[in-house]
Amino acid sequence: MVTSVPNKVGNYSSTGNGVHKLFFDDITNFLRRCLFRVLSVGPIPTHLAFIMDGNRRYAKKQNLKEGEGHKAGYLALMSLLCYCYELGIKYVTIYAFSIENFKRRPDEVQSLMDLMLEKMEALLMEESIVSQYGIRVCFIGNLRLLSEPVRAAAEKVMKVTSNNSKAMLLVCVAYTASNEIVHAVEGSCKEKEKEFRLCNLNNNVMDDVKEGEKVNGMVVHDIQDFYEDTSVESQGLKQGKGCNGAPYHACESFESNWDQVLTSKASKSGEVSEGFRNLRQEVPVIKLVDIEKHMYMAVAPDPDMLIRSFGESRLSNFLLWQTSNCQLYSPAALWPEIGLSQLVWAILKFQQSHSYLEKKMKQL
Amino acid sequence: MWHLLHVTIHLCYFAINIANALESHLISKGLLRRYKSLHISKLQYLAIVIESEDCRTSNVIELLQWLADLGVKHVCLYDMEGILKKSKDFILEKFDGATLFQENDVLLDQPLMTLEFASLSDGKEAVAKAANVLFMKYLKSGSTSSYQGEQIFTESQMGEALKTVGGNGPEPDLLLVYGPARCHLGFPAWRIRYTEIQHMGPLKSMKYGSLIKAIYKFTMVQQNYGK
Repeated sequence: MVTSVPNKVGNYSSTGNGVHKLFFDDITNFLRRCLFRVLSVGPIPTHLAFIMDGNRRYAKKQNLKEGEGHKAGYLALMSLLCYCYELGIKYVTIYAFSIENFKRRPDEVQSLMDLMLEKMEALLMEESIVSQYGIRVCFIGNLRLLSEPVRAAAEKVMKVTSNNSKAMLLVCVAYTASNEIVHAVEGSCKEKEKEFRLCNLNNNVMDDVKEGEKVNGMVVHDIQDFYEDTSVESQGLKQGKGCNGAPYHACESFESNWDQVLTSKASKSGEVSEGFRNLRQEVPVIKLVDIEKHMYMAVAPDPDMLIRSFGESRLSNFLLWQTSNCQLYSPAALWPEIGLSQLVWAILKFQQSHSYLEKKMKQL
Repeated sequence: MWHLLHVTIHLCYFAINIANALESHLISKGLLRRYKSLHISKLQYLAIVIESEDCRTSNVIELLQWLADLGVKHVCLYDMEGILKKSKDFILEKFDGATLFQENDVLLDQPLMTLEFASLSDGKEAVAKAANVLFMKYLKSGSTSSYQGEQIFTESQMGEALKTVGGNGPEPDLLLVYGPARCHLGFPAWRIRYTEIQHMGPLKSMKYGSLIKAIYKFTMVQQNYGK
């Protein structure tokens, strides 16, 4: 699907005025739209990821100051994003700053942070690419590693664009895949630990039933008070969110038959508390689906293609988890030199391998 | 028009493949000086990813023989469905020059090549198992409430947990993909952070010269590791 939007592509890198230039721009834009229509006959990737390699080498090659390479890279990125969204590619992920990049010289890190801050603020302007294409921006990574102004700007951009739904731009900053995996495991552990505490709380309540040696009615009343007092835990139990993992079938039926348990089983409190003591030994199991939902990149489907400029053929700790069935493409051009021809070639390669990779994805 | 575009591309690839086949032939005959001396010591650990449908053991054994001739000492064979794992005994029996890689093996020079066999279950599922190992430690530590919003585990703890569940072998320096597309097909994510990934085409059309060229290209790469 080719999105027809007011055409601003090419303006990011064009300088100078003149009727001839505008006429030339119109012709190239028209030809580009024709080319996109032809490409769109075949499958178009839903999600493209980019590793923007070669900015510093570009600056050296062009005899520019080091920071100028990153600025040129930003212009190339903006053009490429316009082409992607015009083609109907819904998700674009970029590797803007790795956790490993913090090891660079402090002045280089600072200039990169300053550039990111400047560009984040530019995204909030009305005429920016975000408004033009209805893009929701997500910053993916360990944002606590960023300085306060950069983190605040990132959170502001995410908040302002949260209602946009036509496309998504995922900016990986302070990110590595290994950090993402550890973070997801941590999230899973915290979630399962809460479940475990809730179920243990149930066990403690049932033990009180046995040890209280009260008339059933009094016991029921006391337990209900206790239940209502512990608001978080009781909410979890009432809403069935407490113990819904597979090893906890007994806990689920307990939670759904609360009154029945209290009245009829309280008299068999010996059996019940024995059963729940056994439950207390069991710990909830973290499954793959738990880890995947805690990944930073869970907001988007896995990428269809990952493009790394400068001909380098490694992933450099980027989207390792998400690229099992992702085609990797490494054009030789430096990132600031990347343009329409590399994107078109990438799409064509994707279309050639699409049926094979789709089959692989179904096997998972 | 779209079909015409793709036919043109197929023709271009056909021409490129012929050129590559010719180059591969010249390399294997030792006629291209550049590829005559390989700094094979730079390649500590090699991974081979093979499309499961193409896993013919005769091709695999021939490939291993080529690698042994080039001096490669440690190889991991991977396919998604675990077909190579199931053929492990057969491969080790037919290919004399290798032993099974043991998890605690250090990557030293050894007379025989070490072979590791991996599949999809050694990837994400191993991470899930390692997560449960870490979860038990987390619960046993008893101070869970103090961890709200903070980092609980380090990457090295994750690595250790993966080792205990058998999911953390060495990180390959180079990963060669024998299949229709350049895609790692679920090779354990934790192990390919900085691995060079090269596409070799289908296994049935593998060429000795292409293998030399791929290893040569790897030896010429310089990584900054983010710096």
